Amino acid sequence: MYAFAYHRPATARQAAGLLAKKEDAKLLAGGHTLLPTMKQRLASPAHLVDLGACADLKGIERKGRNLVIGAMSTHAEVAASPVVQEAIPGLAYLASHIGDPHVRHRGTIGGSVANNDPAADYPSACLALGATIVTNKRKIEADAFFTGLYETALEEGEIITKIAFPVASKAAYAKFRNPASRYALVGVFVAKRGSDVRVAVIGAGEGGVFRWSEGEAALKARFAPKSLDGVKASAKGINADMHADAEYRAHLIGVMAKEAVARAVGK
Amino acid sequence: MATVSMTVNGKAVTATVDPRTLLVQLLRENLRLTGTHVGCDTSQCGACVVHVDGKAVKSCTALAVSLDGASVTTIEGLATNGALHPMQEAFREHHGLQCGYCTPGMIMAAVDMVNRRGNDLDEKTIREDLDGNICRCTGYHNIVKAIAAGAEAMGGKVQVRQAAE
Ligand SMILES: Cc1cc2nc3c(=O)[nH]c(=O)nc-3n(C[C@H](O)[C@H](O)[C@H](O)COP(=O)(O)OP(=O)(O)OC[C@H]3O[C@@H](n4cnc5c(N)ncnc54)[C@H](O)[C@@H]3O)c2cc1C
Ligand code: FES
Ligand code: FES
Repeated sequence: MYAFAYHRPATARQAAGLLAKKEDAKLLAGGHTLLPTMKQRLASPAHLVDLGACADLKGIERKGRNLVIGAMSTHAEVAASPVVQEAIPGLAYLASHIGDPHVRHRGTIGGSVANNDPAADYPSACLALGATIVTNKRKIEADAFFTGLYETALEEGEIITKIAFPVASKAAYAKFRNPASRYALVGVFVAKRGSDVRVAVIGAGEGGVFRWSEGEAALKARFAPKSLDGVKASAKGINADMHADAEYRAHLIGVMAKEAVARAVGK
Repeated sequence: MATVSMTVNGKAVTATVDPRTLLVQLLRENLRLTGTHVGCDTSQCGACVVHVDGKAVKSCTALAVSLDGASVTTIEGLATNGALHPMQEAFREHHGLQCGYCTPGMIMAAVDMVNRRGNDLDEKTIREDLDGNICRCTGYHNIVKAIAAGAEAMGGKVQVRQAAE
């Protein structure tokens, strides 16, 4: 790891000030993506702005129809939160299956969403639930937020402060884990709100998280696992690597979607 | 350089460190607490697990300066008055180690598991919660047995302690 200057602001506002003032500054949240990257010298920021002391980025609350989660909430906090378990149990389940217990004690929702790893879990929940990513500057709809592999709509100096998830009537997540890394080989989040059905897929798309429109159409007719019988995801634009080829991953999309729907309807 | 203060195994410590110093480096190199091991240094193996404010974390993946004011417990902090912690005792009794390299992290992860899930742990839960700890020797079987027994023993101890208070 190359040397850097360290800053520990007490509020998001102070953090934004530091980002604006310091050349080549990067935010540090749980550090479970950034520190390994810095150890490998793939990143070498001159300044690290640690969000760890920003109390205003913490907290989980139900606000009307939304579940609002502070960016610095750890995966373990989201998984164990009675508020999350009651509002969107599928989201608590998702958080409880990220990495391992130690990773969940440090890694944060803000860091995960900002990083937009194509195999990370949270982007699927944001997209399927139609979440709003709130920053120190504006509000961004999930549909416009995830723009490509490790790419987001975040601009220089922009900080995610919280994420607002509209509470769905039915929602669930199913993940086929890579047994070594625990990241998703394929993960599918399904959500139904009124007549709207959304199916978001991670781990599979060459461009990162995406909505599976054929699956959504089939589930709009009837929100039941059976509706997905015979509905095949295309292998076009699907990742292939040493762990699984595109055909296999495309097949898994259907299998995981079915499992998620079964969970969502309580079967 | 930056100054960091924390409580380590109940003792207040203050150190002046380069900001890139990892918690595990502070523990091993500054404080000479070499029970915490570095297996992979890539956040995978869990040999470096310690407790920070009561929660298991990989000390190779946290900056010491980020933990200013925190309370840290390492494997050296588990035994009391020369008597092994029930989880350490269970690893010895059930032969839960061979070379011992993974053991400090395993035991810290095991105690964290009991803190989160209670004293009655079934095999499936233990195996799942060991996702972040790799052992290259034992094949895990005796580690799982040791954790189940240690968890139960910790329950006994807690009750005795409460009764005495
Ligand atoms: C062994 C291991 C297994 C893992 N398994 C999984 C898994 O199964 N599923 C999964 O989804 N993830 C997994 N992860 C990743 C983990 O969830 C990370 O914690 C997460 O991706 C990044 O969050 P962080 O808080 O650690 O962010 P950091 O590493 O601190 O930051 C990541 C990036 O986001 C930026 N950033 C952080 N916070 C903000 C903010 N509030 N606003 C704007 N930008 C910000 C940083 O500048 C940095 O570029 C795993 C990690 C490890 C080490
Ligand atoms: S040394 Fe920290 S996880 Fe392997
Ligand atoms: S006992 Fe040797 S690595 Fe676990």
